[in-house]
Amino acid sequence: MIPTYQQPTERGYYGQFGGAFIPEMLYPNVEELRQQYLDILADPGFQQEYQQLLRDYVGRPTPLFEAKRLSAKYNTRIYLKREDLCHTGAHKVNNTVGQILLAKRLGKTRIIAETGAGQHGVATATVCALMGMQCIVYMGEVDMERQKPNVYRMRLLGAEVRAAMSGSRTLKDATNEAIRDWISNPVDTHYIIGSVVGPHPYPDLVARLQAVISEEMRKQLLAKTGSELPQYVVACVGGGSNAAGAFYHFLEEPSVQLVAVEAAGHGVHSGHSAATSVLGTPGIIHGSRTLLMQDEDGQITEPYSISAGLDYPGIGPLHAFLADSKRARFISIEDEAALKAVAECSRLEGIIPALETAHALAALDQLGAGPDDVVVINLSGRGDKDLETYIKYADAIM
Amino acid sequence: MTNRIKDAFDKKQKNLLNIYFTAGYPRLHDTVPILKALSAAGADLIEIGMPFSDPLADGPVIQQSSTVALANGMNLRVLFEQLRGIRQDVPETPILLMGYLNPVMQFGVDNFCREAAAAGADGIILPDLPLDDYVEQYQDIFRRHNLRPVFLITPQTAPERIRRIDELTDSFLYLVSGPGTTGGANTQAEGVQEAYFQRIEAMHLRNPRLIGFGISDRASFQRACQYAEGAIIGSALIRALDGVDDAPAAASQFVSSVLK
Repeated sequence: MIPTYQQPTERGYYGQFGGAFIPEMLYPNVEELRQQYLDILADPGFQQEYQQLLRDYVGRPTPLFEAKRLSAKYNTRIYLKREDLCHTGAHKVNNTVGQILLAKRLGKTRIIAETGAGQHGVATATVCALMGMQCIVYMGEVDMERQKPNVYRMRLLGAEVRAAMSGSRTLKDATNEAIRDWISNPVDTHYIIGSVVGPHPYPDLVARLQAVISEEMRKQLLAKTGSELPQYVVACVGGGSNAAGAFYHFLEEPSVQLVAVEAAGHGVHSGHSAATSVLGTPGIIHGSRTLLMQDEDGQITEPYSISAGLDYPGIGPLHAFLADSKRARFISIEDEAALKAVAECSRLEGIIPALETAHALAALDQLGAGPDDVVVINLSGRGDKDLETYIKYADAIM
Repeated sequence: MTNRIKDAFDKKQKNLLNIYFTAGYPRLHDTVPILKALSAAGADLIEIGMPFSDPLADGPVIQQSSTVALANGMNLRVLFEQLRGIRQDVPETPILLMGYLNPVMQFGVDNFCREAAAAGADGIILPDLPLDDYVEQYQDIFRRHNLRPVFLITPQTAPERIRRIDELTDSFLYLVSGPGTTGGANTQAEGVQEAYFQRIEAMHLRNPRLIGFGISDRASFQRACQYAEGAIIGSALIRALDGVDDAPAAASQFVSSVLK
């Protein structure tokens, strides 16, 4: 089989990126998942249950909205894929609905997850409540502080939120703690990873579960523009799950420009950034060989972004391959530009985006899109969770 | 080819004590004095931990020691520098380097093995190195430098995989005592752990076995030795080094408390 952007090799490689670099304690669980995930995903019973939940619980399909005032401002044709209208307020739930059904079929009774901005934690706590499963979410102590509403939402949903206290106490450290929990609970527990990261088969599994985003985009674009293919698809990238979902069904369409937007923090080379495609080199993080921010000794360095969902020192191996092969264009956006994009989208379209999503919106003026070009921006999440940050930086925004 | 790990197991068939400590902890230049102290106090094998920023298989104690060691300036270059000439002082005790793959990859596996062998190391433990990658990319390099890999086995490792691991090395098998990261307490129901150790024993594997994770003192060491050729202690030693003025003396005292 020829590996493609959509389909990694049997060992989970996209080009030189991917694989499963895990201690033996994780091997049986990861191997079980690897052997079964494709069969389970293809099972008609699974598909029926998954599709029904996506429709009746998540609220799919999400609209593709023509953003006329933004379009006028940037002199191009901008469409917003409204993942912010998903139940729980972001695309993350597409993945957790699929993985909870998978976990049930694997006979697991206990669910763990990591979360950065809290959206994946909330989406996991939500489906655990729905299915009556025990749920433990690891979250960096710093992130718990800057995304308080989501901590309360998770607790309200019945999940236990455990603070990750090591390292920079953000997403990377929460992921470490979740992995350590899985090592300690190898039999009854399924780990619902929130992004296209981690050991194979997670990047492929999560990409497939998020692929519904671009599947819907194609149908909606055909109805609205007369063509399934836009000129640009734009999405923000932390680990890269919303981008993977938005790109998925366009990966093998070379006419579509894929644009991945990373967080530049205070500036790409400021020392306070999360622009992994620029600053990263090949290495291993969380069981996957990918581009990651590290020092010359191979120690993983601390990323920074104002957005808790983007300050991850790696990117998914698919995205590393997209960057390396130049199939996707990577742009990095600083904190301040993202904050300005929050205000712009709020005032021009009446949609308050999440801080993560605002990075994608802030890239609009760098695309070089012409008046007849169709630009789809994956509006991955809504901004409610970021209100405290928006209030704090009101001067920069307004 | 002869190797100190093999020699250690030839010389002594029972109750081997393997001690892990983190290089560059508690102070950067404690590495070699602690190593000498452990050997002199009677440790049969010594694992030197190469600190990593994100040690996934380790509990809080080794995580913390790694953070301190990195802050102290420890890295592979410094470690190899420190170990230069160690075989004049510690001629026989096998030395294994334990750590995670990424720092080794960045150093270059070939370079790493050459430097490790030159520094007098006998074995390498990289828990996140996949078996297939070892066989396809690194086995020849390890052999060229007479470095023995050590692989982990857990209660969930399937029998055919245990056999494969047993075929891939000539050193010892690292039996992880139960679910959990390093330094955790044994929380398994009575009999579960024993059944696992006995199941492995009954496989009559080529390599001797050392039990690790959760072994912390004389009692747990002796109990583990009933089911294997010996045991590995790490976190408990690191704890014993915390806040002491004379780390080598504390290391020596700790080994004595386990053995005597």
